[in-house]
Amino acid sequence: MIENTKCECGHNNPLGTVLCEHCGRPLDEISDSKEKIDKEMRYEGKARRSLTYQTSIMDQVWNFFSSVKIAIVLIIITLIMSGIGTIFPQEQFIPSSSPDTYYEQTYGTLGKWFYQLGFSDMYSSWWFATLMSMIGISLVICSLDRVIPLYRALKNQKVAKSTVFIERQRISLKENMLEDVPAKIDDLADKLAAKRYHVRREGNTLLAEKGRFSRWGPYINHIGLIIFLVGILLRYLPGWNLDDYVWVQEGQTVRVPQTHYYVKNEGSSIEYYKSTEKSNKGPIVSKYRTKAVLYQKDSAGKLIPLTKKTILVNDPLNYQGLKLYQSDFRSGDLTGIKFSLIDRKTKKNLGVFSVNLSQISESQIYKVGDLRVKIKDYYPDFAIENNVPVTKSQDPNQPAFLFETIEKGKTKGENSLVISGMNFPNPKSNKYDIGLAGFDMVNTAGLMVRVEKSLPIYLIGGIISMIGLVMGFYWQHRRVWIRVQDRILYLGAHTNKNWFALRRELSQIGFSHLVKEIEK
Amino acid sequence: MTTVMNNLLYGTFILYLVSAIVFVVVATESKNRSKVWRRLAIILSIAGVVIHVAFMITRIVIGGHFPTSNMFEFIAFLCFALVLAFIVIFAIYRTYVLGAFVMPLAVVLLAYAAVFPRNIQPLIPALQSHWLYIHVTTAALGQGAFAVSCVAGLIYLIYQVGKGEKPKHAKYLEMTLIILVMLVGFSIASLLFQTFGYQASFIHQVNENQVIEEYNLPPIVAPNESKAVKVDQFLSYQGPLFEAPSWMKGEKAASKFNSVIWGIVVGLVLYAIYRAIARKNLYQLLYPLVRKLDPELLDEISYRGVAIGYPLFTLGALIFAMIWANEAWGRPWGWDPKETWAFITWMFYSAYLHLRLSRGWVGMKSAWLAVGGFVIIMLNLIVINLVISGLHSYA
Repeated sequence: MIENTKCECGHNNPLGTVLCEHCGRPLDEISDSKEKIDKEMRYEGKARRSLTYQTSIMDQVWNFFSSVKIAIVLIIITLIMSGIGTIFPQEQFIPSSSPDTYYEQTYGTLGKWFYQLGFSDMYSSWWFATLMSMIGISLVICSLDRVIPLYRALKNQKVAKSTVFIERQRISLKENMLEDVPAKIDDLADKLAAKRYHVRREGNTLLAEKGRFSRWGPYINHIGLIIFLVGILLRYLPGWNLDDYVWVQEGQTVRVPQTHYYVKNEGSSIEYYKSTEKSNKGPIVSKYRTKAVLYQKDSAGKLIPLTKKTILVNDPLNYQGLKLYQSDFRSGDLTGIKFSLIDRKTKKNLGVFSVNLSQISESQIYKVGDLRVKIKDYYPDFAIENNVPVTKSQDPNQPAFLFETIEKGKTKGENSLVISGMNFPNPKSNKYDIGLAGFDMVNTAGLMVRVEKSLPIYLIGGIISMIGLVMGFYWQHRRVWIRVQDRILYLGAHTNKNWFALRRELSQIGFSHLVKEIEK
Repeated sequence: MTTVMNNLLYGTFILYLVSAIVFVVVATESKNRSKVWRRLAIILSIAGVVIHVAFMITRIVIGGHFPTSNMFEFIAFLCFALVLAFIVIFAIYRTYVLGAFVMPLAVVLLAYAAVFPRNIQPLIPALQSHWLYIHVTTAALGQGAFAVSCVAGLIYLIYQVGKGEKPKHAKYLEMTLIILVMLVGFSIASLLFQTFGYQASFIHQVNENQVIEEYNLPPIVAPNESKAVKVDQFLSYQGPLFEAPSWMKGEKAASKFNSVIWGIVVGLVLYAIYRAIARKNLYQLLYPLVRKLDPELLDEISYRGVAIGYPLFTLGALIFAMIWANEAWGRPWGWDPKETWAFITWMFYSAYLHLRLSRGWVGMKSAWLAVGGFVIIMLNLIVINLVISGLHSYA
């Protein structure tokens, strides 16, 4: 640590200062060294908290997070872990609901380890979140530790710098002066001002500066990133975000899960591109489309429409932050079956009736002319087990019906069994035949249900970040110091990057030998 | 119209190729008659970019959408971004030697792009958005600048190692150059087999569907548990020698794996032939081109590439990507493998910047990092799709 903080020029510097605040002379060494002071110039040689106070626990924590080395280590750990996480698909992407067996079965021993080490659900794990938070803390502390002293230093710059400071800049030169000193400095000041430098003079010294704002770029970028990370943290608040899924058949109105809204599907469709000869994979889908209406129940329980939209992929329905996305499409869901009633003798079709599969009850009566048809039994997934008709499931894979056809004025009628896909021989005594006349099919839309209240925060964070990046990377902070002492002109120049352009600029104001041979 | 488009593509390729040759001539030339040649070199590369733009415009007219929707279109655009970034950086630094390395890389990239199916496909619903070109082009422009940074880094390494000052780095530099030779080898092999119409196909099971996988190169490796449908003979070789492991699940994973093997084999054969003739390392062959350069300038160019590319990449590959992902998939970020690798790339360049600006990593270390960053981008492009089928499977 530096003991003596009083500079030769007489200025008293705060503890930890590297370059004298007043004249720029390096304080920590004997001043006849010829080494360049690029490193020290990074933060203008100011005292930084992390390098000055190192005793209390608070200081230790501050110092840990204020180290760029630690920040880089955190970044590298995060990027390596993220990479490992992509070796096998994450749990959300696997076609199985039991990851404990899936990884071992599919990927062998490596897969087992992948699962057991917790890499299969890495990005939502507590330790990944910890890594990200540590990067966030590091962002804040690193920035504060540097930006405050840097701001003070740049705000209070002295024009006159010691010749030691000037000579030890990366670009520096000494010239014997034969001409009139004030006139020469006037001339240089004009030329620098013409290059849009902001020029300040003090006797035989000069400081020209431009693009200082670009020094704030990195810190503004960091502010944006912090806002972004806060947006991520807010997702842990209950109700802040919602991620669900709902299937809606055409014509149906269903409740949007986890909300008090209802959504009606007024029609889903699929469109294809006109088939081209070259494509051998079959037709290519051009559009998935769902006409959706969003409802809310009023106090009387009546559905009130709120908004209406044709949802497309890339074009969701958005109602006050609740978004419904076209995510999946299923065609040909069976909702009803049409039957025709035929007189056996005359083979005359007496009429057609339609059974709605979601509304089957014994009291339901289908009228065909003078006849009434009742459903006595319904087997959605028909099978015979031990000579008894049963249903294997509730899905209408092979629906079968036991109908009773009742003539006018009678109370009992004849029974007939109708099985889709089979020609079941009903009793010969039956007067009427019931045959399949068609299916009622509808399309079903799979809609993602999302609420993400952090979106505006992400956007603001992103915009601020970008402003910072552009400021920091597409501009640069250049300074030129000139001092004439004992008829010798000292010139030093510094930039935070792109030295080549600075050399070229200086060569254009008359210091052509600052451009290296090779660059001419 | 399609013929016009194809001719524009060939025109672009030829202009890049000739420009590359002229740049190399300029770099090797000692002194005289250079002014005309120098001007010619840069004019040719600018002409190449103009024709490349014309090619893209005709493709938009024919296809009705911006050409960044499949592998061919994307890599061709990446090649365009590379040349564009080079021209911008050339305008600042006027280093002709940079062109002698960038333009050949552009030629290789365009040849590599041509390996993939070139027909215009209609856009599937997931891609029907303006963000398709906003997101992809911005990200690719950033990657183009990163590529220039990588090339400048490579030149820096060739300079330092060639001068004989960094013997420890020689081995690794040579290995890096051999990987480049493999990319060249693969492109040459693919284009040759394509020209002679080589075909092979296998049928296998993917998620309970029978899928036919087409090969454009003789099969060294077949898809897992597959049956050959049709395999042309090549010098009486029919193959395959073995089957791909079952975890290679990506779209056309086996045929891509087969391509990688071909790249390695052809690259090594080319390198062996070169060694037999020249009897020296590749970097020693290239050293005379870069001998006269100023290493400090190269270091700055390499950094400048990252400085130009980093904001573009952040905007394109992260911010625009999130906006689009939120519109298409209902979440701004989902840790899909491609997303994760964009994040990794970004974190890598963040580490590069902090190491350079705060820890003083310049020169050799910085040059290696610039090369490493572009290797990650190429990994993302080539390898990730090989193993994993994510949401970005169409590219």
